[in-house]
Order: sequence, then structure tokens, then C-alpha cells
Amino acid sequence: MSEYKVNLKINDIPVTVDAGTTVLEAAKKLDFKVPTLCYHTDLCIAGNCRVCVVEQVGAKTLIASCATPVSEGMEIRTNSKLVRQARKHIIELLLSEHNADCTKCYKNGKCELQDLASEYRIGDHAFLDLVGGRLGMVDELSPSIIKDDSKCIRCQRCVKTCAEIQGVSALTVAYKGDRQKISTFLDHPLVEVICTNCGQCVNRCPVGALVEKNYVDEVWDAINDPQKFVVVQTAPAVRVAIGEELGYEPGTRLTGNLVTALKRLGFSSVLDTDFTADLTIIEEGTELLTRLKKVLVEKDDSVKLPMTTSCSPGWIKFIEHFYPDFISHVSSCKSPQQMFGALAKTYYAQKKGIKPESMVVVSIMPCTAKKYEADRPEMRSSGFKDVDYVLTTRELGMMIKQAGVNFQNLDESPYDSIMGESTGAGVIFGVTGGVMEAALRTVYEIVTGREVPFNNLNVVPVRGMEGVREATLKIEGCQPEWDFLEGVELRTVVAHGLANARKVMQAVKEGKSEYHFIEIMACPGGCLGGGGQPIPTNPEIREKRAKAIYCEDENLPIRKSHENPEVQLVYEDFLGSPNSHLAHQLLHTHYTERERF
Amino acid sequence: MMECNKLKRVDIIFCRKGFDLFEVVEKALSRDPDDLISDMIDSGLKGRGGAGFPTGLKWKLARNEEQDEKYVVCNADEGEPGTFKDREILDQVPEKVFGGMAICAYTIGAKKGYIYLRGEYNFLIPKLTEKLEIFNRSLKQIGLDFTIRLRSGSGAYICGEESALFESMEGKRGEPRNKPPYPTVQGYLGKPTVINNVETLVYAFMISRIGPEAFKEMGTKDSRGSKVFSISGDTPRPGIYELELGMTVEDFVNEFGDGDTKAVQVGGASGGCIPRKDFPNTIIGYEGIPTGGSMMLFNSSRSMYNVLHNYLEFFTEESCGQCTPCRVGCQQLLKGIESVKKGDRPPSYLRELVKLAKTMKIAAKCGLGQSVANPFVSIIKNYKEEIIH
Repeated sequence: MSEYKVNLKINDIPVTVDAGTTVLEAAKKLDFKVPTLCYHTDLCIAGNCRVCVVEQVGAKTLIASCATPVSEGMEIRTNSKLVRQARKHIIELLLSEHNADCTKCYKNGKCELQDLASEYRIGDHAFLDLVGGRLGMVDELSPSIIKDDSKCIRCQRCVKTCAEIQGVSALTVAYKGDRQKISTFLDHPLVEVICTNCGQCVNRCPVGALVEKNYVDEVWDAINDPQKFVVVQTAPAVRVAIGEELGYEPGTRLTGNLVTALKRLGFSSVLDTDFTADLTIIEEGTELLTRLKKVLVEKDDSVKLPMTTSCSPGWIKFIEHFYPDFISHVSSCKSPQQMFGALAKTYYAQKKGIKPESMVVVSIMPCTAKKYEADRPEMRSSGFKDVDYVLTTRELGMMIKQAGVNFQNLDESPYDSIMGESTGAGVIFGVTGGVMEAALRTVYEIVTGREVPFNNLNVVPVRGMEGVREATLKIEGCQPEWDFLEGVELRTVVAHGLANARKVMQAVKEGKSEYHFIEIMACPGGCLGGGGQPIPTNPEIREKRAKAIYCEDENLPIRKSHENPEVQLVYEDFLGSPNSHLAHQLLHTHYTERERF
Repeated sequence: MMECNKLKRVDIIFCRKGFDLFEVVEKALSRDPDDLISDMIDSGLKGRGGAGFPTGLKWKLARNEEQDEKYVVCNADEGEPGTFKDREILDQVPEKVFGGMAICAYTIGAKKGYIYLRGEYNFLIPKLTEKLEIFNRSLKQIGLDFTIRLRSGSGAYICGEESALFESMEGKRGEPRNKPPYPTVQGYLGKPTVINNVETLVYAFMISRIGPEAFKEMGTKDSRGSKVFSISGDTPRPGIYELELGMTVEDFVNEFGDGDTKAVQVGGASGGCIPRKDFPNTIIGYEGIPTGGSMMLFNSSRSMYNVLHNYLEFFTEESCGQCTPCRVGCQQLLKGIESVKKGDRPPSYLRELVKLAKTMKIAAKCGLGQSVANPFVSIIKNYKEEIIH
């Protein structure tokens, strides 16, 4: 908050705001909506699209309200004749270079340009059609993201997202003038470049130029095929966000309704990724303790610390491209989605007496990178493709609407069994810091025999929305077999958003930080801010979803992964012990060094 | 009553006689920076790159910024079609440009200066580098902590726009920034920066030699001093001329025309087109038609459709593409006049295009997009028949 106040008038109404406030924010304070396109609260101001121009009395030109700070005595008109004419022209210009095949477009009804065209009643296209040469310039090769240049309006939200939030810059601006376009390295397809498939660009694209590759029809076909047994798993972050697709306020918890809806869609069995999140904690926690022992006691140089988490497929692809020398630091655990797929077509199939070849595993994920992950050649340890189709939260919203399921009136149902039981520790995988918190709840208790020393199991130091958060936990009172950890200060760090991941990795690379355990999530806020989540996603909405996740955790009867009875059962009946041979075969993986372009 | 001058040649910019370069610099350095700034303000010197911002005020704003790190940048990205004066200045009297930069640096408190040289002028690099070495060394000897370096552009017109130029210098894509903040507050590397055109810096240097009064005596109330013109097109005397500001286009055409001048494009592709009927009552200066120095003369053999088409092609290609009004607007204007010419759209469509150009003038992000309306509106208004038929 600034100590300086500025007085101005907007449409003749006086308003006082802090110095540094933009004209757009000041107008919003007076409940004057100024339309925007390139503006996004997650990103630095671009001022490119010019849709938000307003008139400043006495100025020679209009000003971009998003990019102009208020000044004393300013008089602003947000809806003058000059402004309306300019705004209409700008929308018409955007439409003239935009492939406006609205009724066929994936974003039909969810397009910011379409909304503006409708608000300003751009009926007859005044200007010449400039789309021509760009028609058909569609990159559909990625399993996660479709990029259609004929729809791009060059607002550069995607470019800023990729650079500022993710520090990846797979998308950049190329050429100038009429040839200017959003491109990749030498215009290679997304699947061939450093794109991590995180989908943050998809989440911010105002039009249909960047969308997820959708598999809704394939999933319907599977559901409608009587020969198929279609299992669905739902990621933790979906349950606190699906409501936004269906008219609820952000942060509404709808787990039970979600399960009922999935049953109504016709899935044979509705199960929970949270179950394999708990399983991940057992496998990854065991791996961490093994690594600690090998490094601290056996002085084994071949084992690397710090160990990083491996749940986020965007992060995995990032490290494979940018820090290939450090892939031995990444936990070998598959992500919960892939652990689920591998177990579904082995353990679950055996238990239920279903032929794995007749099974179809569908995941509902807050994520577009999960689509790529499911397609990785190493993700076939069941002998089949472990996860067949990955749908985003948005795609599920679409299916629910298509099926005519009246979500608001549904009763709540529990997940099916087996592989449907979960704990609070599994749920918090959906928020940044959650994997760390869940791991600490379990690891600390294994080592000391006591619960983590935090009120109500809430490991507050690893929570929050700060981009990089360090926390240290002193281990005291160890059980005899873990006495080598007595007095050890377990140094952890949590980062979300790949630009923050880069900061942590850079510190590790330069030897500046001696962490033991690193949690990294590719997306801001963790999975709840994933690229597959409802649009818009912004800081305010991420906070609400995070609150809902922690609430979900507190309301579950069991809140520690190792106490999940179905997790205990899978070891007893099938896997043997954590990190056993079979566990390694099904639940662990390896990584690939990748080119950096 | 219109205040105007007769056409008069001047010899300030290229003049090398009667003074020692370093004596001028040393003398300026012995004075109080505030006095130098008041001289500059008093002289009425305005930026010679085209936009015409008062130079003294620009220096003052930068001086007032309390920052340790400040920069002086010489904008030598002379990209405006029809302008070639800066090339000649840098070729003939580079030391005077350096001198202007040094005086500016002393005034505002900058330790580093850069000359951003147009990519097409790379042939000047060896000569400039050699002279800069000597100059930098001499500066050290007289005790001014200021070093000038050379930076080469890569041929994008937009990088002559000051904030795009900084982006380019910083190794980024040359795209104009949002303003405010202006360069005197946040310029190169986000630090207070004075960015002046090559010619402006020479005038600044010469004002500290001849004094503000001598400069002020020339020109008119709103357009003090003289200016270097790049004269091209249908003229028997193309070339570079330094003239007092404030003459009418009529006077100018009488001197430089071929007897059949139908139009003069003042200020390059982004300037306005003056038709014959307006020659007597148009003053070349800030009160009339301002110019960065480009004067293109067209005689009756020229098709103004082709002239406008050529400019629009240029802008369509050279727009950075960042903002909607400029990126799409330029294409619409170009394709628009083509479609009217072909008869695909009625002549009345030109009215829509003029409206669009006017939107571009007030809604585009930078000077490039804003100035496309200048040639467009003036040519459409005065030569409609040539566009349609």
C-alpha cells in the first residue's frame, strides 16, 4: 500500500486511490468495467491489444487503462464517443485477422473475443478478411496442446505466461508486422521443443488459439462399449474446481457430487487418485529414507541428494530439458496418476476378475501435461497403456453438461472400493507444499514413532503461496533403526511455477543450498492452478481452491498416508513391502535427457 | 498574420572552423550543469528526430532523477524513409556528436553513453570506433568520467522508437514499451536516460559554443534555429542542406523543385503530404508541418496511389506487430486501397479507412502506429481521384 493518494475523476465521479494504481483498477473501484484482452492478473502489463483504451481529457491520444498509472487531477472517460469508436475498430480489426469459425470452435461460448464481439454488436464485418494465409496452420502433434495460429490474436498472454511464470519460453514472438506470430524454436511443433505441456498458456489464451487436445469423444466411445470396463480416477485438485465449470463459486468442495456425477456418466467404477497419492508417499518416503541412509551412513556417492518430487509431469519434462545432469535427483516414483494406471490393470483387475485388456483407465486431471505423461513409452508397465485417456477438469465439465446431469441436485456418493480410499494427506497433493506436508507427516512418524510436531498435523511452514518456501525440521527422538537421523535438521524447499523451480535448481547446481528434499510443482499454486483447471484461474481463485483443499484435509477421518487401510492392503495382498521388486516394476520409472530447444 | 522566414542556408552542423572541439567541451564542463540546462531551454532547441520534445527540458528531467546510474543514448537508427542526414553528420563531424553526448552526460550525471547505429550504417563502424577511442581517452584526460560505446541495430525500423531501441539494446525483441514511465525516468536498463537524435546532440554542442541567443535568433517563435534536411525525389538538387526553420513549403519548392512539383512529403513516410495548393500557407516547423528532416518532392508524373501504397507496404512490414491498431490497421489500410483501386470495394470505403486511420492515430501504442494516419489522411484527402481510378 502506498502512502500517497491520488485524486482523479472517472466519468465525472471523483475517486481517491493509492499512487501507482492503474486507471483500469481505479475504474473497477467505481464499478466501471473496461474491457480487456491482453491483461491478466498473473502477468506483467502488456498494453498490446488496446481494447482497454480510455480517454484522458486533454491528452492527444487515448491511453491504455491497464498500463497507465493514475495521476493527480486526471479526468477519464471510459465510454465517450471517441472511446467507443476506437474500441469498436479494435475489436473489428482483431476479428478481421481471427478465424471466426465460432460455432465450430472448441472455445465457442468461452471465448473472450466472442464475448466482446457480442457486447459491441460487431455484426457486419466492416474490414477485409485477413485470415487467409493462416488457415490450416494448426499444430496438433502434441498429445496435450493444440495450437491454431489462425485464431491467434497476438495478445501475447501465452508468451508472457511461458516466460514469466514458467521461465520456459517455448512460445515466443517471431517476425514483425503482418507476419508477426507466436512461434516456437524455428516454428517446430510443440511436441518437439522445450514445451513442458503444462498448459498454463492454454489456461490464459483468451481465444481458441491454444486449447487442450480433447479426448471426450474417445471416452464416450469407451463408456458406450459394452465390452469395456471403464475405470475413472479423479485427481485431488479436481474436486475443488469442477464447480467453477458448472456455475459454483470458486473454492466449492464437491467431492461427493463429483463421484455421483461420474457414476451417472456411466463409468464402471469411480476411484480416486488420492489413493495412489497416499501410496506415493509410502514409496517416495521410503526412497527418501533409503537415500538419506546411503548418503549419510554408507557414504554412497552414486546416490543423490537432494531428492526432488516427481508428481508433476510438467516439472519432469522441465528437468529433462533444462537440468538433465540432475535427473538422478528426481524420485523414481511415478506420479499418482501413473501408479494408479499400473495398479488398475494389474492389482485391481486381478482382485475384481476383470481382463486388463478390456479395461479402459480414464483420469480426470487439473493438468494438460498428464496427457503427455500417459503417452510416455515407459508408462506401460501393466503390459498395456496404463492410463488410456486423460481429461482435464474442463473436459469433465463438458461431459457432465453433454450428459445432461443436473449436478446441483445430485446426492453425494462415496468412491468405489478398492483404490477409492484416501486420506487428508492424499488430498493436499493438490496444493503447493502438499506433497511435502504429506511426506513429512509420514516420514517423521516412521523415524520417530511420533506424529509431526505441529498442531493438528498442519505443517504450516510449508504452506502458502510464496513462490519458493524453505523449511527445516529437526528430527529428534529417533527409533533405534533410524538413529543415524538423530538431531539431523531435515532441510526442505517447496517451489511452484517453473520459473521458481529454476531458482531452486540453480541454487542446487551452484552448490548454494544443501537441501535434503525438494517439492516442485510446475504450475502456480500447485495442481489446483493447473493448466487443465477452469478458466479463469488467477491468484484470488487459487487462494480459494487452496482453502477448499485444506478444508477437505481437515474433514477427513484419516490424515496420514500410512494409515490408509487400502494402501496397507495393497502391500499385504500384492506389492509386499514398499520399494519391493514388484513395486519398482509397477510404481517406479526412469527419465530421459532431452535437447534444449 | 503568419510568421515565416525566407529560405536561408545555415552552416552550423557541419562547420568545423573557428573552434577546438575539446575547448568547447572543457568550457561546458567548467560551468554549472543547471546553467547549461537553462541555456538549452532558453535556446528553444527541440528534438530533431521528428517528435520535437524540448531538449533542455528532457535533460532537466533526467538531471532531477536521483539515481546513481544514468545513460546518454544517441539515436542513430535513422530509418525514416527519405532521411539520410544523420549518416552524413556521423560521417563528417562525429566528434561534435560525441561532444554533445559528453556535455549531456556531465549535465545529467551519466557515466556511460551509447550510440545506437542503424544496421545499414555498419560501414561507419571502423571510423567511428577509431574516433571514439581517441575521444574517450581525451575525456579521461580532462577528467570527465564518461565513456561512449557503439551499438549496432539490426535493421528494424521500429528500433528507432526510443523505448524499442532500449529493448533492442537490452538484447530483447525491439518492441515499444508502455509510457509512462518515460526514458528520463526509466530508460535503458530501467535507469534514467536521455535519448537524443544525432542532429540534436550536435546542436546542443553548438549551442554551448555559440550561446542560446545566436541559435534563438534563427527560426520562428515556435521553431527556433535551423535544421538539416534530407532532400530527395523529383529535384534537380537532391542532398543534405541545413536551413533556417520557418520557411514556407512554397519557398522551399521554389528553391528545390523541378518546376513541376505536385506534392511534398514532409517528414518521411510517417509525415504528412502537402499538396500544391497548400504550399504558400504551410510553414516548415512545429507550428506548421514538423519534420525529422525528410523532404520528398513529387512531380506530376508520379501516381500518389503508388506513393501511398509504397508507404503502407513499408508500415505493414515494419510495424512491430505488438499492438492491434498498428499491426492489423496497416494491413487493412493497404489492402483497403488495393480493393478500392480494383473496384472490389466502393470509393466510399475510403471514408471508413480514414476513420480507421484516425483511430490508429489515437489508439496505437507508439509513434509508428499513430503516425500512419499522417500520410494516409493527407494523401486520401488531396488525391482521392488518383486512389480510386
